[in-house]
Parts: sequence; C-alpha cells; structure tokens
Amino acid sequence: MAETMTNGPSQTYVGTRTIRPDGVDKVTGRARFGADFDLPGQLIGRVLRSPHAHARIVSIDVSKAAALPGVKAIVTRDDFADQPSEFIPAGEMMMNYRDVVRNVMAREKALYEGHAVAAVAATSVAIARRALKLIDVTYEVLPHVIDVVEAMQPGAPLLHPDLFTAGVEPKPDQPSNIAKRVEIKQGDIEAGFTKADVIVEREFKTAAVHQGYLEPHAALASVSEDGSTELWCSTQGHFIVRAHCARLLGLDIGKIRVTASEIGGGFGGKTVVYLEPLAIALSRKAKRPVKMVMSREEVFKASGPTSGATVRVKLGATKDGKFVAAFAELKYQAGAFQGSPVQPGTMCAFAPYDIEHVHVIGYDVVSNRPKVAAYRAPGAPISEYAVESVVDEIAKKLDIDPIDLRMQNAAHEGTKAAYGPKFGPIGLEETLNAVKKTEHWNTPLRKWQGRGVASGFWFNIGGETCASLTVNEDGTISLMAGTPDIGGLRASLAAVAADELGVPYDKVQPIIGDTGSLGFNFLTGGSRSAFSGSMAIVEAAKQIKTDLCARACKLWEAEPDQVEFSGGHVKPLGALAEKVKPMSIADFAKVAGKTGGPIGGVGRINAQGAGPSFGTHLVDLEVDPETGRVTILRYTVAQDAGRALHPAYVEGQFQGGAVQGIGWALNEEYIYGPDGKLQNAGFLDYRMPVASDVPMIDAILVEVGNPKHPYGVRGVGETPIVPPLGAIANAMENATGIRFTELPMSPPRVLRALKERSLSGRA
Amino acid sequence: MAKHHIEAVVNGDAVEFLCETEETLLDVLRDTLHLTGSKEGCASGDCGACSVMLDGRLVCACLVLGCEVGGRHVETIEGMAKGETLHPLQQRFLEHAALQCGICTPGFLVAGKALLERTLSPTETEVRYWLAGNLCRCTGYDKIVSAVMDTAAAMRKG
Repeated sequence: MAETMTNGPSQTYVGTRTIRPDGVDKVTGRARFGADFDLPGQLIGRVLRSPHAHARIVSIDVSKAAALPGVKAIVTRDDFADQPSEFIPAGEMMMNYRDVVRNVMAREKALYEGHAVAAVAATSVAIARRALKLIDVTYEVLPHVIDVVEAMQPGAPLLHPDLFTAGVEPKPDQPSNIAKRVEIKQGDIEAGFTKADVIVEREFKTAAVHQGYLEPHAALASVSEDGSTELWCSTQGHFIVRAHCARLLGLDIGKIRVTASEIGGGFGGKTVVYLEPLAIALSRKAKRPVKMVMSREEVFKASGPTSGATVRVKLGATKDGKFVAAFAELKYQAGAFQGSPVQPGTMCAFAPYDIEHVHVIGYDVVSNRPKVAAYRAPGAPISEYAVESVVDEIAKKLDIDPIDLRMQNAAHEGTKAAYGPKFGPIGLEETLNAVKKTEHWNTPLRKWQGRGVASGFWFNIGGETCASLTVNEDGTISLMAGTPDIGGLRASLAAVAADELGVPYDKVQPIIGDTGSLGFNFLTGGSRSAFSGSMAIVEAAKQIKTDLCARACKLWEAEPDQVEFSGGHVKPLGALAEKVKPMSIADFAKVAGKTGGPIGGVGRINAQGAGPSFGTHLVDLEVDPETGRVTILRYTVAQDAGRALHPAYVEGQFQGGAVQGIGWALNEEYIYGPDGKLQNAGFLDYRMPVASDVPMIDAILVEVGNPKHPYGVRGVGETPIVPPLGAIANAMENATGIRFTELPMSPPRVLRALKERSLSGRA
Repeated sequence: MAKHHIEAVVNGDAVEFLCETEETLLDVLRDTLHLTGSKEGCASGDCGACSVMLDGRLVCACLVLGCEVGGRHVETIEGMAKGETLHPLQQRFLEHAALQCGICTPGFLVAGKALLERTLSPTETEVRYWLAGNLCRCTGYDKIVSAVMDTAAAMRKG
C-alpha cells in the first residue's frame, strides 16, 4: 500500500484559516463552560477560607453549621486521608500528594490567606453562606513571611517544620523554607569569566502574577450510592483531575467519569485541583449533586499565581561580542508548598545562546502565599527577563546592535544547551532576521520613546495522547480528542484529519471526549495539544487507510500492492484499474457491515520529539514623565512555529502571550499588606491589559520544520510570554536611560525612578 | 422575605420570574432563565463578560439587580443571531479567529454590537476604548479589534 505524503504540498486544509468547528456555539452563547452545568436536585457548595496568612488550626467545630436547616454536608481536613510524601512528575512541574491534600484542605495549619479550611453543601447560596459563618474555627495565629529573600533568612517564620533543603550536601540538620537547590553546570565558569573583556552583573526582582483566566474555577460533582462519580469541570486535563480525585478520595479511577467543560482560559492555572475533590467529597456525603464555583476573589487568593522571584545574572563577553561565561542565581517563590518552576527557569535562562561556560543555581522557596501553579512557559519569563536585560546592557557597553549581538551568540542546530541536549533544527536566527527586516525596526523614535528587543525559548513537550477517528454510516468523520480545546485545537485537528483522509473539512466533527471515552490523555499544557494531538490523528487515520485498503483487497480480490489510498479514495492500480472503480470513504461506509464492521482508528501514542520554539519580540513604547505611565506604541512578534496548522490561531497565541507579558512587565503584581493579606484580589486593582492599553500585535510566522513531527509542527503556546518582559525593560532603558530591575514597571515605580534620577542631577 | 415577582422582556420574549432582592440580573439570567451565554468573570463590573443591553443601553448584568428590570427590555447574546443567520459581527469573529477560549466572547459581541449601533465608522482608538470594559486574556485584542473594524466597514457598504 502506498500512502500520500503528509509533509507534501497537497495539504488542502492544514495551514489555512478554517472556521473553527466549535465557533458558532461560542459566538451564540451556546457553548457550555464550567459554571454552565446544572443537575436536578443540585446543592451549592461553598468554601470557608483562612483569614490569616499563617495560623495553626487548633479546632474546627461544625456542629452549629450542620444544624442549620438546608445544610446537607460539611467537609473538613477529617474527610481527606493523609497522603505519603512522594514526588510525581506532572508535566512541566513536579507534585507531591502530601502537599496537594493539604492545599485542597488545610490540615495542621492554614498557610496563606484564602487557604481552604472547610466546605459546605446547602440547598441555596444564602444558606451555604450562613453555614460558613457558623463554622467555628479556633486559630493560633503565627508570624508569617511573604518575601522570598526574607523567607530564606535564618530565623524566618517556618512554614513546614519537616522541610529540609534538598539538593545540598551535607543534608541540613535544620529545617528551613528553602525546599530545594537545583543547579546546572557546563564548562568552567571561573575560567570563562577570565576570558571576558566586559562583565555585567545585576540583580532583578519580579512580582507574583496570576494567569488571569476570565473563567473562575467551577465543578459539578454527582456521586451515586454505589460510589460511581460523575464530574463536570473546567480544566486543562480531565484525565489528570480524575487521577488526582481518585487518589485524594480513595476511589477507583474507573469509578470516576470526568467531562471537561469548555474552558474559559487556563494558561497552566487549570492543571491542578481545587474545588473538584471538595465537590466530590460533599456529594458523596450528601448523595446529591454539588456545584461549586469560585468567586474572582477566591481565584486570586486561593488558586495558583506564578512565582515572584529574585534573580542575579552575571554575563561575560569578549570585546567583539562573544558571550564566554554566564552565571545566574534564581530564588523563586513556591507559595505555601514547594514546587516553584525554578527548575525550568534554571534550564531556560541561557538556552537561547551558545555559551561555553554556564552555571545556574536555583532555589525553591516556600512562603505564606498561595501555592504557585504553572503559568505559560513556567519559570522561563522570569529568568530570561533578567538575562535579556543583561544581554542588552552588554550590547550597549560594546556598542553592538542588540539584534546583531543576539545573532552572533544565538543557539542553532548543533548547539549543546547548558541544560543538556543538543538542539536539532531551530529557528532563533530566523526570528532575529525576521525582526531586523521589519519596517518597525527601522522607524525613527521621538523623545521619551524607546525600542527594545528580546528573544525567548521554551522546550515544549509531547506526552501521552489518545485520539480517535470514526467513519460514520454516511462517510462523515467523528473526531474525538481527550485534551480540552483552549484556543482552536478542534480546528487544527479537524484540518489534519480532513487532509489525512481526503475528506472535506466540514465533514469532520471534532469533540472532546470524556475520561470514559478514550485512553489516558495528559493535559492541555506544555504547548502539546496540537503537536501531540495531530500525531495521534495521523496515526488514527493511518489505521483507517490501512483497513480500507484491506477491505478493498477483499472486495476486489486483489493483492495489497494493487491498491493505494489517495485523495480520499482507495484506488486500484495497474491492470486492476480497468476492472474496478475507486471507492471513497463514503462508499466504504455504506458497505461497512458487509466488509468487517465499523470503520475507525485510535491513535494511542506517547508523543516524542517536541521541538523547542524560539521567538524574538520587538517593542516601541513611550514614557509619560508626568505620570510614569508607559504606553506600548508598537509590537512585533516573530516566532518559529515549525509548521502552523492553523495560522490564525498560531498568531493568536503569539499576540495573546505578548499581551500577557506586557501586563506582567508593566502592571500586574500581587500586593500584600504587612498583615500578609492580599490587597488587590480583583480585576480593578490587579490591572490586566485592556484593549485600550495595547496596539495591534504584528505576528510573523517563522516556519523551521520540526523533523520529528509528520507535519513539522512545534508547540507555540508558551514561548510568546517569554520575551516581552525583557523587550519592554530594554525599551524602557532606551526611552529613559534607566535600567529598571524590578517588575512591574508600574507608574509609581517609573515615576520614582525618574524623580530619583532628576534629584541626582543626571536628568 | 418574599421574593419579588418581576415581568420583563428578554430577547423579545415576555418573561416572568421570582427573585431575591440581592440577586443580580446576571443571577436571574443564568440561574432562573437558564440563559448561560452571559458569563460571570468577576461580579464587580470589571470584566464585561456579562455585558447585556438594558433598554438599549450597554450594562454589566452583574451590576444590575434582577428586581430592577421590571417592565424593561433585556437583550443577551442568545438573542443576537436571527434564526439561522449570525449577526455580521458574530460571523466576523469566526472569520478573524477573534476568540480563543471563548469565555469573554459573548460580552465582546454584545458590547461590539452596541458600538456598531452608534457608529459604523469607529476609529481603531474608538473601538479600543469602547471595548476597554471587556477583558480578554487570550487574544491580546488584535483580532477582536480587527473583527469589529471589518464588520463596521462591511456594514457601511451595506
């Protein structure tokens, strides 16, 4: 059997801007998101949260709440069995169920303001609220610590008395808030710096920021008398939710069926569980469905932001611009439990550059903040911001064009990254070239305006994926994927299926199957869902094509080498072509029963070969010296997509990531009072970019094919948030002459810096 | 306390419902009338995901009480398409890929349509400021603004 080339020019739909199959439902209000599900007889669940940043929970008395008419179930720490301490890989992060169970419901102590302490299910919202007030919790308030550097000091309030720093020899004999020390090394850093003609060393600070998905966490659970459990929730990975809930509640995985709702944004923040196990536990007690939805305040206080951090970078270069030695020390907030993205931050820091001597040390530090969750390229924007700032300073010192300096040192095919692997074909140089060729790069600027450039890197992942294609009785195709569609996945996969099978795009109907419908799927994250999903679809289509060819051989009494699948048909070859006519998929569908039964394929893969994606961003901005406000004037993103399955949604990833990065750079931050309480837990005070804050974002698709993928695809979702922080900081320096080393560069901070400079007489 | 009995017109249909004093129009739309196209992103009027028209005026349904809408006309995302025909703005949102996750989309469409009812010649700056009350975390706004501008241009031509 011969096959069509998947990488050839014959693609009809891949690479085009098709209308997404789920689009009409989403522009008419029909699409059902997490909070849009209801069941007859459902109860409303609410969570009681700690008002203290750090407190021992002496006792919890629920008797008064339980006696309130309409209250049907209450759960506390007593309803969740303790879990042994063991670290399990969770995509781009690590997790430990001992901590997960404590984050879902506080145990010995409340470790941050907003930490769940109890949950109730009642017949109405009003009764649930009243019940929370009747729960009597006795706290012993403890000293708290918010700042990462303070948390590392000896004598700092200790969150976990059994936490001893891992990764240091000898093992410490005293517990501390430093959970882990990680390190990567390449070459000889000391020798490297002796070769440098110029060295820049600086310390940077970034604030904790939230993923800011518009849809609050929501879950609806229904547990029957025999323990069968159904759950509808907004998540990036319903198979992962199932696994976590089974573990935390002692259920068989097979007893739980999780349906992922449409998801209203996640960006990594919906890869963990918060409400889901509570809703199941409450439903199990009440024997009625329980619906739980977080308020925006709860989302800010109790769901994962990403780390704030302190980063020190030291970079050395020769006078002609060759980077020779690079050192960085990263201190990342983990929140109340260990597990910050400091490891990927460490690995990414210098990944865009080919440097002989590299040494990066990272610390994972707990403090009285909500436990961090993944956020788009977790860890990378922080360390790469610091590095890109220092790269820019080297360029200025050596009077070398910042794009040329990056080009001179850029990682390319064959470069050995300090974190281990040797890169295959990658597109960093192409993105630098693309940016340099723009009209944007060559436009003049005025006073108080500045231009900045920065590059960025993210690994991307593959992972376990299962997707199916079914040929229906009329020849239409049902496509089922098991990773929630967060930004156009259905459109991408439907295009691949249509091209693979040679059927019209609108004859492919994609859905996201529940956990009972497909084999295990890892979550939508790590920029993996289009990459891995399309590989699984190619595999499923291959099975169908093989099967149809076999059926044709039977019908035609032919040998396998007398038929081929192409253009949506099984075609007879050679002499056979004179005897029989090609058969379309629809023709086979009609005779499926007579030729072997239902026709379909299931791709079950552990996708390997995710190609890293590099990007370069270019930004123009203007600083208002009166107010300190920064306006983004113009923005260009160039990124290597490998092969854009759907160019519009790839551009959308570039644009959306850039604007999230703009928010991170200029405005967003978790602000704590001296009492350890979050002061800006709402969209008015946690200032995310709105439409009037940003210009159009020009997106340049660079396509350096990934040889490990049948279409050349690379993940694209995460890299776009990496370069903006550095690019904007560099543009700020260009506009003001001031090197801002602390994020966000919000109006008060910018104004203060301008005033300090004017006082020092350097204006 | 007894619930309020309210009669109103929603998407052209006469409706009556009972609501508590503290229930918002958004609560009524979603929980009582089962019109879940309007979304709750913040419940404080900051995100615009619950944008609806109240007697022809753009409002956040989370900032209006259910018992305030007696005798008034409410239009939600569910009333935007006419029969099988999408509103031109809905169509352009699809063509421009102006949505990724889609949670903010109903609010943007209701707000964008309200702008187009005031002017078919908005500048990019006008579009951006008009939509500044609607948060989108996925798209960076580029394709949303393009879709609105493009719809206005098409509607100008008739």
